[in-house]
Amino acid sequence: MTRVAAFLLRRRGGKGWHWTDVFTWMWLIGGVVLMFGPAVWLAGSSFKSPAALAEFPPSILPYVTAEATVEGYEKPLPLYRVAGEDGETRILAQVRRIGIVAQMVDPKAPGEIVKVNIADRTPVREISFATENYTEPFLHFDFFLYLRNSLFVTLMATLITLVTNSMAAFALSKYQFRGRSFVMLLILATLMVPLSVILVPLYSIISAMGLFNSLWGVILPTVATPTGVFLLRQYMLTIPDELIDAARMDRASEWQIYWRIVLPLTAPALAVLAIFSVVWRWNDFLWPLIVLSRKELYTLQVGLNTYAGELNVQWHYILAMTVVTMLPVVLVFVFLQRFITTGIAGSGLK
Amino acid sequence: MGRITLDGIAKAYGSVDVLGDIDLKIDDGELVVFVGPSGCGKSTLLRLIAGLDKPTAGEIRIDGAVVNRVPAADRGLAMVFQSYALYPHMSVRGNMAFGLENSHMPRKEIEARIAEAARMLEIGPYLDRRPGQLSGGQRQRVAIGRAIVRNPTAFLLDEPLSNLDAELRVTMRAELAALHARLKTTMIYVTHDQVEAMTLADRIVVLRAGRIEQVDTPLNLFNKPANLFVAGFIGAPNMNFFPGTVDAALPDGLSVSFLDGQSAPVKADPGVAAAASGALTLGIRPQHLHLAQEGEPQFPVTVTLVEALGAETVVHGVTGGGARVLAVLPGQPEIAKGDAVALSYKRDLLHAFDGDGIRLAGN
Amino acid sequence: MAAQPILKKAGTALAAPVAWLAALIDPPLRGLQKATGLNGMAAFFLAPNMAIFGIFVLFPLVINFAYSMTGGSALFLEQRTYVGTEQYERLLTCGNYLDKQSCTEDLFWNAAGNTAVFVLFQVALMTVFAMITALILNRELRGRGFWRAVFFFPVLLSPVVVGLIWRWILQRQGLLNYLLHQVGMEPVLWLTDRFWAFAAAIMVSVWAHMGFYALILLAGLQAIPKDLYEAAEMDGTRPARVFWRITLPLLMPNLIVVVVLALIRAVQIFDEVYVLTGGGPGTSTMFLTQYIYEIGFAQLIRNPGLAAAASILMGAVLVVLTLLQLAASRRSQNAGGGK
Repeated sequence: MTRVAAFLLRRRGGKGWHWTDVFTWMWLIGGVVLMFGPAVWLAGSSFKSPAALAEFPPSILPYVTAEATVEGYEKPLPLYRVAGEDGETRILAQVRRIGIVAQMVDPKAPGEIVKVNIADRTPVREISFATENYTEPFLHFDFFLYLRNSLFVTLMATLITLVTNSMAAFALSKYQFRGRSFVMLLILATLMVPLSVILVPLYSIISAMGLFNSLWGVILPTVATPTGVFLLRQYMLTIPDELIDAARMDRASEWQIYWRIVLPLTAPALAVLAIFSVVWRWNDFLWPLIVLSRKELYTLQVGLNTYAGELNVQWHYILAMTVVTMLPVVLVFVFLQRFITTGIAGSGLK
Repeated sequence: MGRITLDGIAKAYGSVDVLGDIDLKIDDGELVVFVGPSGCGKSTLLRLIAGLDKPTAGEIRIDGAVVNRVPAADRGLAMVFQSYALYPHMSVRGNMAFGLENSHMPRKEIEARIAEAARMLEIGPYLDRRPGQLSGGQRQRVAIGRAIVRNPTAFLLDEPLSNLDAELRVTMRAELAALHARLKTTMIYVTHDQVEAMTLADRIVVLRAGRIEQVDTPLNLFNKPANLFVAGFIGAPNMNFFPGTVDAALPDGLSVSFLDGQSAPVKADPGVAAAASGALTLGIRPQHLHLAQEGEPQFPVTVTLVEALGAETVVHGVTGGGARVLAVLPGQPEIAKGDAVALSYKRDLLHAFDGDGIRLAGN
Repeated sequence: MAAQPILKKAGTALAAPVAWLAALIDPPLRGLQKATGLNGMAAFFLAPNMAIFGIFVLFPLVINFAYSMTGGSALFLEQRTYVGTEQYERLLTCGNYLDKQSCTEDLFWNAAGNTAVFVLFQVALMTVFAMITALILNRELRGRGFWRAVFFFPVLLSPVVVGLIWRWILQRQGLLNYLLHQVGMEPVLWLTDRFWAFAAAIMVSVWAHMGFYALILLAGLQAIPKDLYEAAEMDGTRPARVFWRITLPLLMPNLIVVVVLALIRAVQIFDEVYVLTGGGPGTSTMFLTQYIYEIGFAQLIRNPGLAAAASILMGAVLVVLTLLQLAASRRSQNAGGGK
C-alpha cells in the first residue's frame, strides 16, 4: 500500500511538495469521491430492503434483521441478541412487542415466552442483497416493457442516424454541386434550434402523422443530427479524392463508392457517432415524455420518472431501476471512455 | 487498340481557363509523356481523358468513338494515381480485384489475372497485406498491378513516381519502360520531371499555361525546341540565352551577332531567313560551351561559382556585358571562383528565336 | 483497448446481411446514376437526411411562428384562431416590471427570472470548476486518462438518473444530512426549502455537466505549444503571471466556446431539475422549458399558442447566444490567423 502511494505520489525530479501539488491531489481525490460516490451510493442502496432504506442513520452495506422460523408460529420471527441478567447473551425470537416490553421466545425452546425490555435487546443483523428490488419491477411492473422500448428506440435511432448522416456527409464532402454551401448553412442553422424551442409544432406534426404514442414518433425527430453530419463530413474530407477517382476508374457505382470505400474508411468517426447516439437516445427524456402517453410505450427514463413521481415513492424499486437505466451508459463509460473523450476533444461534440 | 484523339479540347473552371486549343493524336501502343511546370494543366488533361472531369469544349475520341459523354468507368482506361490511391481497408488482392468484381468478372478469371500481374510485378508475397504495410515502392507496384489486371485500352499515369525517393525512382522508371515494351499498350504519362519524360517517352507533349507548346520525340525536343519555353524547359541545366541581332540573310540561314561582337551563322529556311530582321534571342546549351582554344571565336567570362560534380563541372559566370552564363565542362578543369576564362561555342549548335520566342533557326 | 475486438466481432456479424442489402440496391441505383448523373446521386444521398430535417426541424420552426399567433386549445393549426400578437402581449405585459405578481402571466416571469438567476450562477460556477479541473488534468499526472475519465463520468448519465441519484442523497433522511449529522450540524431540507432547492438545482447540474467543459478546456490547454512555457521558464516568469499572460489568452477561444455552450444549454435547463424537484417547492425551481412543457402539454387545458410564443422568446435568446459564439470564434480564428 505504501509502495503504491509512493509510486503515485512521487514527484518528478524528486523535488519537494509545492502547495499546488497538495491542491492537485486533493482536487483529484475529492473528484473521485464526488463524481463516483453518488452513483456508488445509489447502487449500494439499491440492494437494501425497504426497512433498511428507511433507517436513519443509513448503513453502508445492505443489512436486514435475521429471522428464524419457530415452531408454533406461522411467520418467521425476527431474531434479537438479548443480554440476560447474568451477563450472558442469548439469541431470542420476538413474537410481539407491547410498549417497551417485547415478548420473546427461545427458538430452541419455543414453549416459554420471555419478557424483555426493548432497551436490552439488539437486532441480529446479517448482510443480505435484496435482489427482489431488481426482479419484481420486471416481473410485476412494466419495466421489462420499458427496457424493451428503450432498446428499440436507442438501436433504431442510432442505426438511422448513422445511415442518413453518413449519406448526407458523403454528398456534402465528395460532390461539387450547386447549393452545397446553402445546404451546409441550413444544417448549421438547425444547430440553433434545440428541441425545446419547437416542442409545440413538432408535437402537432407527429400527431398529424399518426406517430403520437408511437416509438417511431420518438425516434424520427432525433435522427437527423446536425452534429453527426458535421462530424462525419469533417472526417470524410480527409479521405483523399483520388481514392474516389480510382474507384470510379474501377467501375464502381456511386453507391458502391459510398458503401465500399468511404463508409469503411469513416469507421472511426462512425464509431464515435454511434456511441454518442446510443448515449443520447438512451438518455432522452423530454421528447419521449411528450410523445408517449400510454404506459406500455414508456421508455425507461419516462417510466422511471413516472414511478418516482408517485405519491408513495417505492424507493427500493426506483433505486434498482435507476441502476438498470444507468448500466448501459456505465458500460459505455468503462469500455469506450477513451473513444468519447478523444472524440469530444477533437470535435466539441455533445 | 488504344488510339486517343483530342480535338480542340478546352477546360475552364468558372471563368478560369485551365486548358485550351488542345489537339493531339496518340497512336496505339505509344507512350506519350505530358510534361510541363506545375499548374500547366497536364494533370487536368489526363483527368479529361480519364473521364473524371468533363471538357468545356472539344472532343475526345478513343479508337474513333467520341467518349465525351461516356463516364470514366466505361472508357476502358486504367489510371495510376500520384498518391497511388490504394484502398487502405482492402488487401492488395482486394485492391486488384475490386475493379474486376465491379464488372462482374468470374472469380476464376479474376484470380488468374491477379496471379499473372503479381508474377509480372513480383508482388506475390504481399497479396494478403494491406497497403499500409507496404513500402512506397511496393505500393507503386500494386497501383500498377491494379491497372494491369483491368487489361485496359490505355494506361493513364499521373506522376506515378513522384512519391518515391530518388534511387527507387530510377529503378521504377526502368521497370515502367520494360513494362511498356512488354505490354505494348498505349500509355499516357504525366510528369514534371524532364528526365522521366526524356527517358520514357516515345513522344513528349510540352504544356505551358494550358496550351501545348510542342509535341515531338525527346531528341527532337532537345535538338529543335520550337520556342524559347521548350528550349529553356528541356535540358538541364537550362539553356543560356543571349540577346542578338540579325546582321544579314545568308543563302541557307542568317548571320547573327551577339555578346559584344560575336558573330555566327545559323541555319534557317530561306523564307524564314529572308523575313527575319532586328532583335532576336540566341540560345546555347551549357553543354555546348567549352574553354576556348587559340584561334576559336571566344568571349571572356568572370567565374562566379564552380560546382564540381566529378565527371563534369558546372561553371557559373558573367560576361563583360553583364549576361549570366552557365557552362558544363567535361572533367575537372582547374577553375576557381573569380577567375577570368574564355569560353567558346560550337557554331553548328546554336539556336535562334525571334522576338516572340518562336524558333527561327538552328542547326 | 478491450472493446475493439468486441466491436469488431459485432461488426462482422452485422456486416453480412447489411452487405447483402447494400448489394441488392446497387443495380437500381446504378440505373438512377445513369439517368441523373453525379448531381442526381448527390441529391439521392442528401435526400433522407434533408427530408427528416425538413419535416422535423425546419417545418416546425416555421409553423412555430404561426402557432404563436393563434389562440385556443386545439392542436392542429387549421382549427386554431388567429389572435395576432395577443400571446406575446400576455407573456410580456406587467403592471410593474419589478414585481412579477403584477404580470398577466406571472408564471412565465417567474420561470424567466429563475432561469436568468440559474444561468448566471450555474455557468459561472461551472466555468470556474471546469477551468480548475482542466488545469489540474493538464499537469504531468500519473494515470491522466483515468483522472480525465473520473470527471467525465456524470456527463454520460441520463438527466433522469442524475435527478434520482441526487434526490436520493438530498432527501430528508439522505446521505448528505447523515454526513451533516456526523459533523454535528442540523439537517437541511434540501429539496423542500426554496433557497436550498434552487442551490441544489445549480449544484447538481454543475456536477452533471462540468466534466464535458473541462474536457474542451483541456483540449485547448494541450494545444498550447510547450515551448512557450519553456521560454517563460527561461525568462524566470512567475507561475501566476504565466497563467494570466500565456495560458489564459491562448485558451480564450476555447473558453468562449465553453461559456457560450454552457449558456445555451443552461437556458434550456429542464430534465434533471424536473426530476430532482419537479419545479418545486411551489414554482421556485421552475424554469422556462418546464413552463413551456406545463403550458403546452402537461396542464389540463393546454395552451399551445402561449407555449409557442414562450418558446420563440426563448429561441430568440438562443439565437443571439449562438451568433455571439460564431462571432467570437471567427474573431479568435482571425486573431490566430498569423500562426
